[in-house]
Amino acid sequence: MDVSQYLEIFIEEAKEHLQNLNEALLEMEKSDDNKDLVNEIFRVAHTLKGMAATMGFKKMTVLTHDMENVLSEIRNGKINISAELLDVLFQCLDALEQYIDQIIETGTEGDKTNQPIIDRLNLILEGKDAKASQEDEKPSESENSQEPQAEALKDDQETIKRKHKMLSFNEFEKNAILKAQEESYNVYGITIVISESCVLKSARAFIIFRTLEGLGQIIKSHPSVQDIEDEKFDLDFSVFLISSESQDKFLKELNSIAEVEEVYVDEIHLEGTVQNFEAKEHKAQEGEQEEDQDVKPSKEKADNKGQAPTKPKANRTVRVDIERLDNLMNLVSELIIVKNGLETVENNNQNMNEQIEYLERITTNLHDAVMKVRMVPVERVFNRFPRLVRDLARKLNKNLELHMSGEETELDRTVIDEIGDPLVHLIRNACDHGQEMPAERKNSGKSEIGNVYLDAYQDGNNVVIEVADDGNGIDVEKVKAKALNNGTITRDQADAMSDQDIVELLFKPSFSTADQISDVSGRGVGLDVVKTKIEALGGDIEVKTKLGKGSKFIIRLPLTLAIIQALMVRLEDEKYAIPLNTIQNIEDVKVSDIKYIQNQEVINLRGHVIPIIRLDGLLGIERERTEESMTVVIVNKGDKQAGFVVDGLIGQQEIVIKTLGKYLTNIKLIAGATILGDGEVALILDVNSLV
Amino acid sequence: METKQMKNEDIKQFIVVKFGHEQYGINIQIVQNIVRMPNITRVPNAPAYIKGVINLRGEIIPVMSVRVKFELEEDQFTHATRIIIVKVDGNAIGLIVDEVLEVIQLSEAQIEKIVSDADDEKSKYVYAVGKVGEELVTLLNVGSIIGVEE
Repeated sequence: MDVSQYLEIFIEEAKEHLQNLNEALLEMEKSDDNKDLVNEIFRVAHTLKGMAATMGFKKMTVLTHDMENVLSEIRNGKINISAELLDVLFQCLDALEQYIDQIIETGTEGDKTNQPIIDRLNLILEGKDAKASQEDEKPSESENSQEPQAEALKDDQETIKRKHKMLSFNEFEKNAILKAQEESYNVYGITIVISESCVLKSARAFIIFRTLEGLGQIIKSHPSVQDIEDEKFDLDFSVFLISSESQDKFLKELNSIAEVEEVYVDEIHLEGTVQNFEAKEHKAQEGEQEEDQDVKPSKEKADNKGQAPTKPKANRTVRVDIERLDNLMNLVSELIIVKNGLETVENNNQNMNEQIEYLERITTNLHDAVMKVRMVPVERVFNRFPRLVRDLARKLNKNLELHMSGEETELDRTVIDEIGDPLVHLIRNACDHGQEMPAERKNSGKSEIGNVYLDAYQDGNNVVIEVADDGNGIDVEKVKAKALNNGTITRDQADAMSDQDIVELLFKPSFSTADQISDVSGRGVGLDVVKTKIEALGGDIEVKTKLGKGSKFIIRLPLTLAIIQALMVRLEDEKYAIPLNTIQNIEDVKVSDIKYIQNQEVINLRGHVIPIIRLDGLLGIERERTEESMTVVIVNKGDKQAGFVVDGLIGQQEIVIKTLGKYLTNIKLIAGATILGDGEVALILDVNSLV
Repeated sequence: METKQMKNEDIKQFIVVKFGHEQYGINIQIVQNIVRMPNITRVPNAPAYIKGVINLRGEIIPVMSVRVKFELEEDQFTHATRIIIVKVDGNAIGLIVDEVLEVIQLSEAQIEKIVSDADDEKSKYVYAVGKVGEELVTLLNVGSIIGVEE
C-alpha cells in the first residue's frame, strides 16, 4: 500500500500526540501517582505505535511498543514511577521527535534504532533499576549489571552460563512463543560462548546465525544483531528461536562450528494464551521485529544501503479551523458577485459608487479573514518551554518554576516560526544567568524556587511577549566596566550614559563575542542575534532590570507582516508611509522652539525632551528651509521617542508591504515599498533604524 | 521555414537598443517586458545608477540607468525612452534605454566574441559584437551590468 499520501496527516497528528505526551510527562513529574496521566501516556504511545506501524516506520513502532510495555506495567502497579523512569520516558519522547523530524526532512525514519533507550526500557521491565543501567550504553556492561541478580539465584553458576534464562520477553515476543507452542513447535533459548582465541567474533557470530536460521526462526537475540555485528559483545550471546528440530540437533550443529567454546540449549515454555486482540498488528510487528533486529547482519546492511532517500519531502502544512475557511470561501464568492456587478454597471455613477463601497467592505473582510487563517496561537511555541525549563533546572541544579500566561494569544504564522529561537535564548538566559543558585537565593531572603515568567498578550496592533525572572537582575556597574574594558564605550561616554543606556549595551554585537562573559552575569551572549531576529520581524525588544529583583525582556511584534495601517506623509513632492503603530501623536512645532543638546536638535514637549529628526536631510531631499513652523510626527520605538519633520500629512491608509527586492537590500531607513491607489510607489520608512 | 530556423540553437535573438549613437543587443531570453517610462519613485541612499523603483502590475521593480553605469551623460527622457525589464536569477530589474530599435537574429557565425580586458571596468559589460550586414551591434553582458553572473 502506498502510504505516502497520508504522510502529512501522519506528521501533523504525530506532532500533536507528542505534544500531549510532553505535557502529560511534565504533569506526571509534578504529581506522581496519577492514574489518569499514566493512562493518557499509555494511550498516546499506543496510538503512535499503531500510526507508525501503518505507515511502515518500523523503528518507531518498536520503540513505542517497548514504551507501551513499561507503561502497561506502571498501570498495573508493578513498576513505580521514579525520576529515572521519567528520564527514560523523556528520552523516548526525544527519540520519537527525532524520528518525526527525520520523516519531515526525508520521508523516511532514518537508520537510528535508539537501541540504548529500548534496552533501558526492557531493563525497567525486568524490574531492574533504570538508574543502575543508566550508563550501560554498551551491552557488555549490561551483562555485568545483570550478574549480581544472577548470583541471588540458587543455581547461580549454571544460570550465569545460561544467560538466555535471564532475558525477558516483551509482549509480542511472548505472543510469538505462545503461538509456536500452540502449533507444537519447540522454542529454544540458546547461549553460545565463543572461544577467547577467536579473532573476528562478529564473523563467527554471523556463521552461527546462518546455521541457526537454517534450523529455525530466530525471534530474539541478546545483544541485538546490530551490536553483535559491531562486535559489541564479550564472548557470548543469547538467541531465542522457534524450530521443529530437536535440542540435540542444535547442540551438534553448533558445536561443529569452529571456535564455538560452549553451547547451552534450553527448551522454553511460557504459560498463558495468545492474546488475540490486535493480533493483526502484532503479526505485522513480528515481521518487523525479525527484520529489524534479527536478520542476518549482512542482510540488514544491504537493506540499509537499499534505502535511498527517494521519498518526497513532506510539505509544511497548517491546520485551519474549518469555520475560518468557510468565512474565506463566502467572502470570495461575494467578491465574484461584485465583479459581476461591476461588469454590468453602465456609466451610472450612483450604481458604481454602490458597487465600490460593497467591494471595499469585502476586501476589508477578506483581509481580516485571510489574516485569521494565518494566525496561530503562541501556544505552539510556548509548549516546548516547560520541558526546556525542566531540563535546565536539572542540569543547573536549581529549583526553577515556569509560569506561563496568554498562550492563546495569536500571531502570524511566519512570526511564530521565527520567534522560537530568540525565546529559547531568552529563557535559557533567564534560567542560567538570571537566576541565582538556591543557596544564594536563600541568603538574600528569597524563596529557593526561582520563578521564570513567560507572558504573551495583545496590545493594540502589537503582540507583546515578556520573558522575566525574579533573579538577581543585571549589574549595571559590571556591564559598564566590561564595556569600558573591551572598548565598546569610552570613559566620557560611560559617565554620560544612563543605567538604561548601559543595559542596552548588552544588545551590541561586540558584547556577545567576549569570552569571560560570566563576569557581566552572562547576559550578553547572543543577545544581538536575538535583537536582529526580532527587528527583522518588524518588532523590537527592550529590557528592564532591577538589581536584586530580576529582569524582564519585553518583545513587541506586529500582528501581521503583510498589511499595516500607515500614515502617509509628504516631503517636497515625495510620499512616504510611516507605520501607524509607531506613531504617538502629531505636533505643530515652531522653529524657534527648537533647542540644542550636544549639537542635536530637540524639542521640549510637555516636559519630554524629544530629538528631532530631519527626514529631508536623511532622505537626500535638497531644499531651502524657510518655514517658521513645522509638522512633527512623534514616533516611538520601545521607550525611545523621536520627532520626524515632514512637509505635510496626506492621511491614514491601509497599505500592503512589498520588499524592494534583492538589488536594494542594503538600503537602510526604508522598510519596504507600497503601491498607492493611483499606481504610484511610496516607500515605507523604517522607524527602527531611524530612531 | 523561419520558425524552424528560430528553433535552431545556433540562432540567437537580440533586442537592439540605442544609447546615443551606439547600438546594443540584449539577449531576448532574459527580457520580460518593454515598458514606456512610468513614474519612478526615488529610493534614498541607493547607488547613483539606481534611478528608483516602479510599479509593474503590482510588483515593485528597481530601475537602473545603464548610461550612469556606463559613465555616459545622464539620460534624457524622450517619448522614445523605454524600460526593458530583464530577469536574471529570478530577480527582475528595469534598464533605461534611449530607444528600442528592433529584434534581430544572429547565427553563431555572426557573433564575434570579445576577450574582455581585465583592466577596463566597462569592457566586462560587453561580451561580443554582432554583425548584421554592414551594421555592428555590441552585445551586452546584462548579468555583469546588474551585478549578477548571467
